[in-house]
Amino acid sequence: MTDLINLIIKSAFMDNMVFAYFLGMCSFLAVSKKVSTANGLGLAVIFVLTCTAPLNWLIQKHILVEGALVWISPKFSSIDLTFLQLLMFIAVIASFVQLVEMIIEKFSPTLYGSLGIFLPLIAVNCSILGGSLFMVQRDFNLSEATAFGFGSGFGFYLAIIALAAIREKLKYSHVPNGLKGLGITMLITGLMGLAFKTFIGMTL
Amino acid sequence: MSTTELKEKEVIRTKSTESLLSKRRKKILIDPLDDNNPVTIQVLGICSALAVTIKLEPTIVMSLSVVFVMIFSSLLTSLVRDYIPSRVRIIVQLAIIASLVTLVSEFLQAFNYEMYKVLGAFVGLIITNCIILGRLEAYAMANKPYDSVLDALGSSVGYAWIILTVAFFRELLGSGSVLGYKVFEMIGWPSFPTNGLFVDSIGAFIILGILIWIQRTNNGYIEN
Repeated sequence: MTDLINLIIKSAFMDNMVFAYFLGMCSFLAVSKKVSTANGLGLAVIFVLTCTAPLNWLIQKHILVEGALVWISPKFSSIDLTFLQLLMFIAVIASFVQLVEMIIEKFSPTLYGSLGIFLPLIAVNCSILGGSLFMVQRDFNLSEATAFGFGSGFGFYLAIIALAAIREKLKYSHVPNGLKGLGITMLITGLMGLAFKTFIGMTL
Repeated sequence: MSTTELKEKEVIRTKSTESLLSKRRKKILIDPLDDNNPVTIQVLGICSALAVTIKLEPTIVMSLSVVFVMIFSSLLTSLVRDYIPSRVRIIVQLAIIASLVTLVSEFLQAFNYEMYKVLGAFVGLIITNCIILGRLEAYAMANKPYDSVLDALGSSVGYAWIILTVAFFRELLGSGSVLGYKVFEMIGWPSFPTNGLFVDSIGAFIILGILIWIQRTNNGYIEN
């Protein structure tokens, strides 16, 4: 259990998706103008990431790797479908995002309106596919994959909320013309990354 | 021959007489390089790109892969655009992109395994490069194949030059080398203090921030 909690903390702080791997930068930069929208997107990312990581783990273990199809028939022991990995993963993610989109549209039309184009873009939020790919690369088991998915999503949530809060305050400051918007946001992200680096080496 | 048929023929003829590189098409091609750059102006595709910019060499491979995937996905999407139902278009586009990325990843595994290991998961993450899906959605879904290819070429090269610039400075300042050659030792300054910050992700953010600043001041773009 402590291992899992450790993994969650590690993936949320030390291996933060945004600051350590640059994943999910597009929506991170584009949807961080207001805390309320950032909150909605962050929660959606946590949900999708926590669900797709174990789902993709099951697909990887029981369909894609060499010899995984033995459960259908022993004849299939030499079949290796790993080349389908990317396609399968992105299909799972895209369908899941569709689901979340439908849920949000039904229960919170205001949030749906403010998230706008970025909702379908969660499908191409790199942190989601990245979560699945890292999980395969690091050889996690099912519970670790779930913990990793949740931790990464939580890390993304923290990062985007923090940036949105800073940018709301930033409206009242004088920024050079060329640096307005994306430029200053990149610099802030760099400094925030520096702050997140201080978590390195922390264990429970 | 009825008049409507005649008119149709004329329309087709006037369109086909447009030269391969007319003014309009040149604009499609050149615009994303500077004035409408996908990275510095439109804030797209920063995700998968910055992670590989520690060294110049993997960045070159990455840019080439993106150019390849972008051109062919635009071409394919544009060819089948009339047959895609709009409700499932994102999934169709992703399937096209994912197939092409799989092609790139298998090719790298076969011919340059070392590079494949360096790039790791980031080859797969080309799928989620927002520039590609963004251009498919905004341009290739509504335009002719040749125009879409030009647009794709422009956007991907506009993206490539930005990440190559970032990679150049990160490798130079972080590792003191360019393409693996220790330039500072060559010019007789072996004690050049390399800065670990630039090997880290933080350096990439700051370099890109400064690059955006320079570029926007240059072409006068101001974001509200």
